[in-house]
Amino acid sequence: MSSLSEALWVLLLGSLLGLELIGKVPPTLHTPLMSGANAISGITLLASLTLIAQANGNQALLLLGALSLGFALYNVVGGFLVTDRMLAMFSRKPKSKSNSNANPGGS
Amino acid sequence: MDLSQMDLMEVFPYAIDLVAVLLLALGIKGLSKVSSARSANGLAALALGLAVVGLLVQLQPGSTAWLWIAAGTALGGLAGLITAQRVPMTAMPETVALFNGCGGMASLLVALGVALFQSSEPNLVSRISIVISVFVGAITFSGSIVAMAKLQGWLDTPGWTQSSLRHAVNLALAGLCLVGAIGLRIEPSGWALWLLLAASTLLGIGVTLPIGGADMPVVISLLNSYSGVAAAAAGFVVGSQLLIVAGAMVGAAGLILTQVMCTAMNRSLVSVLFGGALGATGGGGSGASSDAGYTRITSCSAEECAMALEQAERVVFVPGYGLAVAQAQHSLRELSKLLEAHGVEVSYAIHPVAGRMPGHMNVLLAEADVPYEQLLEMDIINPEFPRADVVIVLGANDVVNPDAKTDPTSPLYGMPVLEVDQARQVFVVKRSLGAGYAGIANALFELPQTAMVFGDAKAVLNGLLTELRGMGVGKTPAGSAAKGKT
Repeated sequence: MSSLSEALWVLLLGSLLGLELIGKVPPTLHTPLMSGANAISGITLLASLTLIAQANGNQALLLLGALSLGFALYNVVGGFLVTDRMLAMFSRKPKSKSNSNANPGGS
Repeated sequence: MDLSQMDLMEVFPYAIDLVAVLLLALGIKGLSKVSSARSANGLAALALGLAVVGLLVQLQPGSTAWLWIAAGTALGGLAGLITAQRVPMTAMPETVALFNGCGGMASLLVALGVALFQSSEPNLVSRISIVISVFVGAITFSGSIVAMAKLQGWLDTPGWTQSSLRHAVNLALAGLCLVGAIGLRIEPSGWALWLLLAASTLLGIGVTLPIGGADMPVVISLLNSYSGVAAAAAGFVVGSQLLIVAGAMVGAAGLILTQVMCTAMNRSLVSVLFGGALGATGGGGSGASSDAGYTRITSCSAEECAMALEQAERVVFVPGYGLAVAQAQHSLRELSKLLEAHGVEVSYAIHPVAGRMPGHMNVLLAEADVPYEQLLEMDIINPEFPRADVVIVLGANDVVNPDAKTDPTSPLYGMPVLEVDQARQVFVVKRSLGAGYAGIANALFELPQTAMVFGDAKAVLNGLLTELRGMGVGKTPAGSAAKGKT
């Protein structure tokens, strides 16, 4: 692993990127966006995989890793699929997206 | 092994990680636009898949490890697949909460594993990371589960959580977390770890339990942000930059989304988190009266409502939470088709927080094939209400409460609402006179132009369909095949 300061830079820049990524979102998309972002946070599964691969045959660690992998993957698979299900309903009518998301910055 | 090969082997995981981060960022960005949202979701999924492959190539797990990986994958993947396909669109908020809680649980388990079984002596950074990972992971998990249970109606808001006692309890729990965190600094695994775990879990429950159902979407969004933080902390624990970036990105984006939602509901995050349930017991304003306060209620039958509809030229539907619960979106679509065939101009007024989450109602109506251009947002539809002959409010309550504009003592005062009281005639379809999600009396119900149609939204809509067909609306004779008209 790289040094701590490098990791902190990564943390800082990642946070700034996240702050900038979504400025204005039409209310229509709040629910899918929340559920999509939620699926991405299941990326913890990388940590679970690391835990399992570096367990060196420690049974308890393997079990914990597999459990955590299961939880994370439930989040990822379920989250992406359910988001897709929601968004599929919007894209069924591709001809018009004019009216309902024309003024996201209102009120 | 020569040098060039070494370089390649070292560069490869970095390259994969960079591509994955780029795709994730593009994914989140794209998710905030209607036109690109679906492909962006796929992009983010692809990024995660790529990251997993890259990591596996790098780690090269042994055969035992593969076995456990397969077990975990099968378990979680299958469960996720089934849940995502089975869950009804109306239950989306609970589902997101459940998924989110599981993400927090995963971070928690990773940190526990490292804390309990790591062979080498952990340094200060990894101890701090473990503390954060356990703390945030446990709060995310227990808080999300409580949020889900409350949305499902499995849990009520207990009385004591509305008194100031809850602040004392939560402060005590936070103090215990701190003690555990400091203890963990001295001894990496032992009593301190379990104290931290227990206190954080209870704190997650203690903080979420007092929050009323109306504010739950904000809480879920905030917990979603936490699960990003938990992922970033897990990244520090196992030393993965990709995890840190992705976690930080989700955490920050979740925070922005939470803020956007709060603005839409005219609530500040502080009052959502610490203010207790809106209009519940305790220090509520004068608006927090029960249903006994209503004196001038007019109720009417589906037949009268159908007659008004038959003569109307412009009809606006205001769908709300009750419509979602009754699963009545398809009946609503059928009714509006019938009215359109009769020459009536139909539109739908969508409040930003209609349903149970911002945007939830759009999803439900899209599921029922309602044309996109008929869904009008609050700023567009509000000037149109004076032109509407009939407004039908379906299971919405607080978002049509005129007190929010006129009564400074109302807890809702200042919240942007749909101005349905401007319409010529208003029908409110509601199960009973019970208070709404926020527990506040609605002055709309007592206005002279308002009539209540009591009943389940779906039953009432089907009743209206029958009545209208009986009148010959849409030129379909009564009793004949319902599918006759398009």
